[in-house]
Amino acid sequence: MFYREAGQFKTSYAADMAVFPLRQDRMVVYLFLLFAFIGMPLLARFNIGVFGQDYIFNGILIPLLILSLAAIGLNILTGYCGQISLGAGAFMGIGAYAAYNISLRVPGMPLLFSILLGGGVSALVGILFGIPSLRIKGLYLAVATLAAQFFFDWVFIRVGWVTNYSSSGSVNAPQLNFFGWVAERPIDRYLVCLLFVTIFAILAKNLVRGNLGRQWMAIRDMDIAAEIMGIRPLYAKLTAFAISSFIIGVAGALWAFVHLGSWEPLAFDIDKSTQILFMIIIGGLGSILGSFLGAIFILVLPIMIDLVPSAFGVQVSVQTVTNLNFVIVGALICALLIYEPRGFARLWGIAKEKLRLWPYPY
Amino acid sequence: MDTLGPFLEILIGGLLSGVLYSLVALGFVLIFKASSVFNFAQGAMVLLAGLALVRSLDLLIGYGFPVWAAVVLALVFAGGVMALTAYFAERFVLGPLVNQDSLTLFMATIGLAFILLGAGQIIFGSDVYPLALYPTDAWILLESVFPGGILVNKLDIWGGVIAGLLVAGLAIFFQRTKIGRALRAVADDHSAAQSVGISIDWIWFVVWLASGLVALAAATVWGTKLGVQFSIVFLALKAFPVLIIGGFTSVPGAIVGGLLIGAGEKLAEAYLGPFIGGGIEYWFAYVVALLVLLVRPQGLFGERIIERI
Repeated sequence: MFYREAGQFKTSYAADMAVFPLRQDRMVVYLFLLFAFIGMPLLARFNIGVFGQDYIFNGILIPLLILSLAAIGLNILTGYCGQISLGAGAFMGIGAYAAYNISLRVPGMPLLFSILLGGGVSALVGILFGIPSLRIKGLYLAVATLAAQFFFDWVFIRVGWVTNYSSSGSVNAPQLNFFGWVAERPIDRYLVCLLFVTIFAILAKNLVRGNLGRQWMAIRDMDIAAEIMGIRPLYAKLTAFAISSFIIGVAGALWAFVHLGSWEPLAFDIDKSTQILFMIIIGGLGSILGSFLGAIFILVLPIMIDLVPSAFGVQVSVQTVTNLNFVIVGALICALLIYEPRGFARLWGIAKEKLRLWPYPY
Repeated sequence: MDTLGPFLEILIGGLLSGVLYSLVALGFVLIFKASSVFNFAQGAMVLLAGLALVRSLDLLIGYGFPVWAAVVLALVFAGGVMALTAYFAERFVLGPLVNQDSLTLFMATIGLAFILLGAGQIIFGSDVYPLALYPTDAWILLESVFPGGILVNKLDIWGGVIAGLLVAGLAIFFQRTKIGRALRAVADDHSAAQSVGISIDWIWFVVWLASGLVALAAATVWGTKLGVQFSIVFLALKAFPVLIIGGFTSVPGAIVGGLLIGAGEKLAEAYLGPFIGGGIEYWFAYVVALLVLLVRPQGLFGERIIERI
């Protein structure tokens, strides 16, 4: 009734190509961003409700934002370009350790540039491991990315230089100093992540709508046909690997610097890879919105499994929570692949369609 | 002779530990041949089979059954669990996904793997459970030829024997039985097989059951070696490089690939490891697989991949 484009005329090409062509959509997004950037800090400042607790930022919102960013990165490669990767965790690790070494070894390097350069190193490694994708695909490529995962796991543990010869293998992030402004409180770190995620999400959204994104999707849908149509697989696949690894690398640097503070190589093992892969399968392959929805679901589910039984007075052990989480996530993945292969993002799209027609059936 | 002795010892140890990878890879190949599903859940099936076996074994011995009866009953129980798993996988996960592309099926088996892992550990517990089905002491061979002789673990020999029996059994099953012929027909062409009256559902259940039983065999050996525990799932991932090297559709390929990987990684660990920091067993197999992929994407024994639009 109220969600309808009647009376909204597009009078320019720019208006026609807008990301959110409906005015109502734009308003919702603006309001949401306004709340995220200004509302949250105010709520935190005045200790209103749960937002007064540090846990809501440290335990939920910051990991949520960073993993959403990593999911966007993986979605570019797997969802848009169709190259399945089981090595997202390793690329997060590469970003984190590269950023750490750059800030450690280059005196006077601003933190922002270390994080971005960490992403850059990750992109280079991504291109290197993307080269086999020109000859192999599908499941074979999945094994190649698994090779990246295990190889870098080993590098982080065994190559002393990477961890600056720390005896325990754990390293500490530098102070979060962005050109003189130090992000110390949880709310500050939340804002840093939010800014990164917003910028990268906008960039990614526009990238996948453009020329490059269409090339990726053509490769995904059928690579031989795309090649015959004049799309260069070399260029399309390697750009997808590079951009995806860059975003995942930046997410890894943020995960290490902003979320963890000090970390061990185990932080980037294969569990992280499957976790991020599940986010995009559940949220929606080939959807930026889906990356967020998937990240929210995967992160909130274990907390729910923990909270709901205890609300009814049933005690559940940590092990059971983990295992129950496995079962539910696994079952949901199977169910979504069978009934809605495009994930939550598609369900959201269907809901919006219904809303436009409401209250009429069609 | 001073260097040949240790070399042979490492080689034999490596070959025999490679047999364990082959055991898991065999399960993959069975399912891939019959349904083109790349089964990520194979490792989870090994763990599930091991857990079912060891827990029921402990329980039965606790009730005072004689050991041999307990072992037989526990094996039957674990086989039953695998049959249930096969039915579940076919009926609820892969059946509805018929005709989807291979990546979707692959992701579905990742989901299945998590269901099996979670459910298995909720039902059977999630600690390390020791299993002692085979002797684990060492034999010393050829003491007269080499100083100190060659140390061979009896368990590894058992692993080799079991793998040999399985391969022989599977070969007979595939070549000589009616179901085996139907299996090969389905592997060749789904629709043609269906048109001559072969039930695809039934055949898929049979292959999942067969690979479940192979997983059970692998679980008995690995469980004795490491104890039944979660990390078996990660070791089972090593079957991927084995498959890449051997080819996805070849039973002999799985065996040869496993032997190559097992021997290769042990030798690399012993002779290259000291120069680049040790622990390279962890990734050596994967990197070898990557190199093989670059040169020969279909693996050593795989069928040539031909693509059409």
